[in-house]
Amino acid sequence: MYDINRAESAVTQQDIKISASKVQVYYGDKHAIKDVDVEILDKTVTAFIGPSGCGKSTFLRCINRMNDTIPIARIEGKILLDGEDVYDRRVDPVQLRAKVGMVFQKPNPFPKSIYDNVAYGPRIHGLSRNKAELDEIVEKSLRGAALWNEVKDRLHEPGTGLSGGQQQRLCIARAVATAPEVLLMDEPCSALDPIATSQVEELIDQLRENFSVVIVTHSMQQAARVSQKTAFFHLGNLVEYGNTDDIFTNPQDSRTESYISGRIG
Amino acid sequence: MPLSWALLVSLALAVAGYIIGRSRAFASAGTDIRKLHSRPGYHGASVALTTLTPAIVVLMLASVLRMAKVFPPEATGFAGLLALAASVAGLGWGVTRINTDFRARNVVEKIVQGFLIFCSSIAILTTAGIVLSLIFETGHFFQKYSWTEFFFGLNWTPRFQGNSSLGILPLLWGTLYISFIALLVAVPIGMFAAIYMSEYASKRVRGIAKPAIEILAGIPTIVYGLFALITVGPMLRDYFAQPLGLGSSGSSVLTAGLVMGIMLIPFVSSLSDDIINAVPQSMRDGALGLGSTPSETIKQVVLPAALPGVVGAVLLAASRAIGETMIVVLGAGAAARLGLNPFEAMTTITVKIVSQLTGDNDFAAPETLVAFALGLTLFVITLGLNVVALYIVRKYREQYE
Ligand SMILES: Nc1ncnc2c1ncn2[C@@H]1O[C@H](COP(=O)(O)OP(=O)(O)OP(=O)(O)O)[C@@H](O)[C@H]1O
Ligand SMILES: [Mg+2]
Repeated sequence: MYDINRAESAVTQQDIKISASKVQVYYGDKHAIKDVDVEILDKTVTAFIGPSGCGKSTFLRCINRMNDTIPIARIEGKILLDGEDVYDRRVDPVQLRAKVGMVFQKPNPFPKSIYDNVAYGPRIHGLSRNKAELDEIVEKSLRGAALWNEVKDRLHEPGTGLSGGQQQRLCIARAVATAPEVLLMDEPCSALDPIATSQVEELIDQLRENFSVVIVTHSMQQAARVSQKTAFFHLGNLVEYGNTDDIFTNPQDSRTESYISGRIG
Repeated sequence: MPLSWALLVSLALAVAGYIIGRSRAFASAGTDIRKLHSRPGYHGASVALTTLTPAIVVLMLASVLRMAKVFPPEATGFAGLLALAASVAGLGWGVTRINTDFRARNVVEKIVQGFLIFCSSIAILTTAGIVLSLIFETGHFFQKYSWTEFFFGLNWTPRFQGNSSLGILPLLWGTLYISFIALLVAVPIGMFAAIYMSEYASKRVRGIAKPAIEILAGIPTIVYGLFALITVGPMLRDYFAQPLGLGSSGSSVLTAGLVMGIMLIPFVSSLSDDIINAVPQSMRDGALGLGSTPSETIKQVVLPAALPGVVGAVLLAASRAIGETMIVVLGAGAAARLGLNPFEAMTTITVKIVSQLTGDNDFAAPETLVAFALGLTLFVITLGLNVVALYIVRKYREQYE
């Protein structure tokens, strides 16, 4: 095991940020994630692809323990973040989630102003010493999420009044403002037009300089464009995981091949 | 013929009309049922409704006229016959209308819609009637008693020999004071209970506690009143008022306020619980996903999102408190007084309405008529509160839809 890790990191020059082994998730009796082993690297964009309902969101939510909020969900196995088991009883999910940020599949802005939405994370974590610093964080995050120009004159209007795609970018800005070490993004571009999409992809590329990003996407092109590593899920199994180039040009599993060429899914 | 018989017979006619209409529709369609504009059932129903509606209209008119004593009881037989005739005519007309192009479905839907409108206007019309009669009697009162003295008078001393002071202020003060104490008790406790139940309680606790609290809401207020009279009142007097030298009265503002607050707790908590539950889970997820603790999530996201609805709930509770009578009679006494001491007896508008209308009533004396002016004032206050509450609640609903 250890040797393989070393070999892997030698190839990519990166440390392992998250390492999952033998992860199982059950919703009641339904076995939604089966035996997933995966190693997510630091300063890398990892794409999760796979047909709808195969468990991408479920696995993503395991990483920052958001499944704790679903009473019927049960998780087995180990997920290590920087070598520490996130399901260890000593780990505080609150601190974990400050480190592992998340953009949800459905936009969920708070019923607050646009400014307060973005400032929410920095405020609760005390990331700014004064108003000027906070303003700066808010502007930077909104710029990163390609939303600044549209909202700079209405920062104090409610975030719920934005369009669906704008809300999605607001949620991205909100997650980025907290400066997480790992950012989990569940279909962050599903409601965005091509221009906003490419801006968000640019943001993801910038984030990669400091953070590790995991992105769920239904767009093969997007996975190919933004990610260095790709994981293909099918019916709760992790079918194939490897360098994005290899997965798209030379898939090992026939299911992967059919999916990326559009035959299943 | 008694009216109920006429109704029964026209019901039977309607059933017959349904069957006839349906078979006529089948017959006119011939072999291809799709030639019919509406399905045969609608044709049957349209005949049944055109049979029944005229009869019911006639019967209702007749009973209203009889109640208004416009025509003598002997004329009911005639009215019954008239209803039957209308019903038969309706049946005949309905049957002749049936052919393949007849829009029976639209006719049925129109009639049903009319019926629904009728039902909803009953509620509105009766309210309007009640208000009108209140206004009418209040007008009488103000002819006999100056309205400035009523609204601005500081004394409430009705005397049935005449020459009474009927100032509303002491009563209004008592009402607001007691309601204020009740809300001071009910709102925080009810809110915290709601927060616990919707955010922290396990499914099992919730399953037991929520119905239990809702049962509390069904206890008749007179029972709470007894509790105020025999337990809370004497206790407050013996352990607080007398040792502190603040009075020696068993009934007091504080007694009524406390007990009324207890009565309102389930009301506030179950309304707030529903409202907090309506805040989408995704919003909580969003806050938790940014690393906020559950309590931060509640304080900064859930409660602000629920606030307008909770304010609406509080205003509804306030209007209940203002209208409450029994607890005040038994808990706060019947002495009209303008004062600040919460251990003193005071009284409210509702209690005085009751006391002015019990006993021998002379509906020409201002001492009796004042009850209507008091009632109208109360009505306006609670109506205002309810309107504001509903407005706020509606505003809040729009946010998520
Ligand atoms: N809260 C839940 N309760 C019960 N079952 C769930 C729940 N959430 C997800 N599931 C089930 O788990 C499986 C995986 O769901 P998941 O949301 O992870 O799929 P996904 O890969 O993200 O799909 P999509 O691409 O459509 O978002 C599905 O079969 C789904 O029905
Ligand atoms: Mg998903």
